[in-house]
Amino acid sequence: MNIRNIVNLFVLLFLIWLMLTGTLEPVSIAVGLLLAAGLSIAFGKNSMVFGKLRFTPKMFYYTFLYLVVFGWELIKSNFKVALLVINPKLPINPGIIKVKTKLKSPMGRMILANSVTLTPGTLTIDIIGDTFYIHWIDVKTLDPEEAGREIIGKFEKYLEVIYG
Amino acid sequence: MEGIKIAGAIITLVGAIFIFLGGLGLVRMPDLFNRIQAGTKASTLGTILSLIGLAMVNEGWIWKLLIIIVFVLITNPVSSNMIARAAHHRGEKLTGQTLTDMLEEETDNSKEMEDEL
Repeated sequence: MNIRNIVNLFVLLFLIWLMLTGTLEPVSIAVGLLLAAGLSIAFGKNSMVFGKLRFTPKMFYYTFLYLVVFGWELIKSNFKVALLVINPKLPINPGIIKVKTKLKSPMGRMILANSVTLTPGTLTIDIIGDTFYIHWIDVKTLDPEEAGREIIGKFEKYLEVIYG
Repeated sequence: MEGIKIAGAIITLVGAIFIFLGGLGLVRMPDLFNRIQAGTKASTLGTILSLIGLAMVNEGWIWKLLIIIVFVLITNPVSSNMIARAAHHRGEKLTGQTLTDMLEEETDNSKEMEDEL
């Protein structure tokens, strides 16, 4: 368990190093390897990020699908909010509603909450237990179930497979 | 080569327009929560488009700009979520157009429960 955390953190740190330096010179790579190894051994024990993640082909496939869905939602809702802002009447219809999530793992919930916040039009304000409190700029329904399908349904089904 | 640079410049311009609309929303929206909606988030796509355009103009920066995009995607929602949460706990007033505030009801209920205990 510990070893896996350390290895995951090492790979992540080394990739970031490669991207930041942008060279493949042996000296730079050697320094990067040393730094990544040192940091991942020092902090790998406490890193929760990869906690229960299983690296299976199915997980990568669903991560890819999730990124596609998320990107599309991001673009769509950005246009929606931009159109709202330039509309002279400012037709907003805001409210704070609650939505229940099926996700159990803290990491999955965090990513779900951040995805909801990143798509403009919805903003996670608080999480109490398994309930998300979401500020919605254009409230369509007050029913938690229906709102859940509308806002988090499309993300939830992928994150459920990735994080459980 | 020249074509890619021109396309990159156009994409950066589109991104700048989105950032401008975000700023406009910051002025026009009636209360704090709606301002966060427009201000910090209409700009996510704007920032990403600007950086992608920059990467097309200057290929040497591609990987660094990718890292910046990832960091923006990680930090942006966390900060706007924290501002909104703090404001709500502090009792920031919502605009009169607001339909419902279920979080307020919830915190009121928990206060009553504390009183009973």
